Amino acid sequence: MTALISDPAALPTRPAKARAGGGPLGLLLRSKLVTALASPHGVDSYLERFNPMWAAHEVRARIVSIHRETDGSAPVATLTLQPTSTWRGHRAGQHVLVGVEIPGIAKRFTRAFSISSAASGRGEQFTLTIRAHDEGQVSSYLVREAQAGQVLHLSQAQGEFTLVESPATPTISRLVFITGGSGITPAMSMVRTLLRDGYQRNGVAHAGRKVTFLHFARSPEDQIFAEELAEIAAADNGVDVHLRHGDQVFSEFELRRLVPDYKDTDTWLCGPPGLVELVKAAYGDSDRLRMEFFKPAVARAAQPGEEIEGDISFTRSGKTVAASGASLLEQAEELGLKPEFGCRMGICFSCTRTKTAGTVRNILTGEESALPDEEVRICVTAAAGDCHIDL
Amino acid sequence: MTELMEPVATTTDEKYHGLTHAEIDQLGAELDALRLRIIADLGEVDAEYLRKVVKAQRSFEIAGRALFYLPVIGWVPAVAALSVSKILDNMEIGHNVMHGQYDWMGDPSFNSRMFDWDTMAPAENWKYGHNYMHHTYTNVVGKDRDVGYGILRMDPEQKWNPYYLGNPLWAFLLMTFFEWGVALHDLETEEVFAGRRKMFGGENAPIWRRIRKKMGKQVLKDYVLFPALTGPLFLSTLAGNAVANLVRNVWTFNIIFCGHFPAGVASFSVEETENETRGQWYLRQMLGSANITGGKLMHVMSGNLSHQIEHHLFPDIPARRYPEMAVEVQEICERYGLPYNKGPLHKQLFSVFSKIVRLSFPGGAQKEAPVRGPQAVTDDSLAA
Repeated sequence: MTALISDPAALPTRPAKARAGGGPLGLLLRSKLVTALASPHGVDSYLERFNPMWAAHEVRARIVSIHRETDGSAPVATLTLQPTSTWRGHRAGQHVLVGVEIPGIAKRFTRAFSISSAASGRGEQFTLTIRAHDEGQVSSYLVREAQAGQVLHLSQAQGEFTLVESPATPTISRLVFITGGSGITPAMSMVRTLLRDGYQRNGVAHAGRKVTFLHFARSPEDQIFAEELAEIAAADNGVDVHLRHGDQVFSEFELRRLVPDYKDTDTWLCGPPGLVELVKAAYGDSDRLRMEFFKPAVARAAQPGEEIEGDISFTRSGKTVAASGASLLEQAEELGLKPEFGCRMGICFSCTRTKTAGTVRNILTGEESALPDEEVRICVTAAAGDCHIDL
Repeated sequence: MTELMEPVATTTDEKYHGLTHAEIDQLGAELDALRLRIIADLGEVDAEYLRKVVKAQRSFEIAGRALFYLPVIGWVPAVAALSVSKILDNMEIGHNVMHGQYDWMGDPSFNSRMFDWDTMAPAENWKYGHNYMHHTYTNVVGKDRDVGYGILRMDPEQKWNPYYLGNPLWAFLLMTFFEWGVALHDLETEEVFAGRRKMFGGENAPIWRRIRKKMGKQVLKDYVLFPALTGPLFLSTLAGNAVANLVRNVWTFNIIFCGHFPAGVASFSVEETENETRGQWYLRQMLGSANITGGKLMHVMSGNLSHQIEHHLFPDIPARRYPEMAVEVQEICERYGLPYNKGPLHKQLFSVFSKIVRLSFPGGAQKEAPVRGPQAVTDDSLAA
């Protein structure tokens, strides 16, 4: 029986306030007195002068080691991180926001990466397994250039794509993981956790239940965790591993052969949009399927000179309008929205909003940007294709 | 609007040093080009500079707080270190970060929406009054609330009344209690006295709540906790903190007053600035600001507000870039026959204080102080 799959409230995601690692020192640094003394900048902005791994509130991590998993045009690496004592641990399947200052650009980029190691406790090491995408500055940098010893900025672990079953099923029931490409990472964290926290049978870790792990990769060379998966597959541990490479796409028929009652089995799905569509169709209206997406809705940018075509989604209000080339502020106002604004000429930053996805153009500079989660001044920014604005 | 396209100077044009609309557009385009060039060049050196200044500020602050534990001989160095810390925090770091000058770094600790500074004014209130009201409507009498701060007569267009006989005294008090004044400025007391606004209610309620909260924190830190932590030296530390705050108040007041109030700086009326083009906005920023000449230390300690002209042209560009931009701005001014108001601190200060005294009496629209609009400053730069 695993101790892990239990009431999520008992898990260490939302611990009692200030009951953090560091013991009495942590308590002191988070006390009202120190907070008042360090106002308004916060105690962390003084601590980091002495050592970047000293923190009372913020989370940072030092890269302990970088292990190359696969090579090729889109290589994959696993980074082992030692977080500050402020790290509250993670549940298997969660991700973390990683902030990196890329040398030469001097900008901090923040991206979400799934944690690949088994569930961690407060201040414990964990691993990220990252594929270097061509268009991904951050993933490319972390896989190809980052060095052991470097310090990264982190959020706490987040996400609800975790190893918690539906209340209807007992904790020994069967589980299914369907993943594609680097979508394997959260599932890997879950399988590792199941094996670690399961029981020992004849000296072999057993997941304590039947687990079906169906994974799709472009080629055997692109297979992440190949060795470990082979070991897991070979051992008598309750986990069945099915790797599919190349042209083998997901088929409902195959899934039914492996797991006849899959629609009534708790399933975790993480992978590229093509795989997600096929699996979603197979599960129909079953509520046992849970999914995680990595990339936001793909937005297409207009070519320079081309007429702008695309929709602006104001995600908070749920309103959508076709991009007209006018500023986002004007387009929002046309819809009857009343975003805060000031100078309307790009100098006062009153109207700054987050563009969660899509491509926009700065009206003053003509510069286009497709970075996710970017702050834009909506009075001098126009859509250059589909985009999502937090407004 | 067709006459705007004609190359002949119209009455509107004369206000702008005889520049035609086409020339003003051209001026705007040149300044835009300069702006784009610098923005494209922003990078590691700017980020490193800011981090270096922050590091220095934190070190001065820690040193200042610590030196108060050294009785008698530690006091003066402690006050000096803490004063420098507060000046750096407010000017080169706080003012500039809160302008969004470093938002591009993506670092939450230097993001204009997250940053707060070591002074009474809460960031959120100040950004509205400063970044929006003051920087958009710079020197527009009746709109820019920084013209006299609602308590002084700093422009002859402000109607005189006997209250203004106290102009020098009010200015002295504002200087002494500058951080309190800046914080309370956002309550728009002149609107309150005009009966258009409630002092602590209505739209002022959230503003006042933020002020109270921030003042509470600042007072608790500087006048209760840090003094208490030095035990028997409580009063000495308390006095030291008060003096450090005073030094910062006096310094920032003087720098800021040299930015828009020396003789030769132009002011504008609401009507003059209606339907302003981008070029005209640039022009108004240039004519409505003044620089202080000096060495590197002067520029750092003033948060580069010694380059007020460049700051007003490019408020969202990292201030450390202003000195290099000033060379080009000055060259542009010469070519267009526009004044470029600069002078050493003592000269600018003398000019400001003369104005404060002069305008405490009725009138004041004489040669020294500017009359309406930019034509007042044409004596050294008449357009051809």
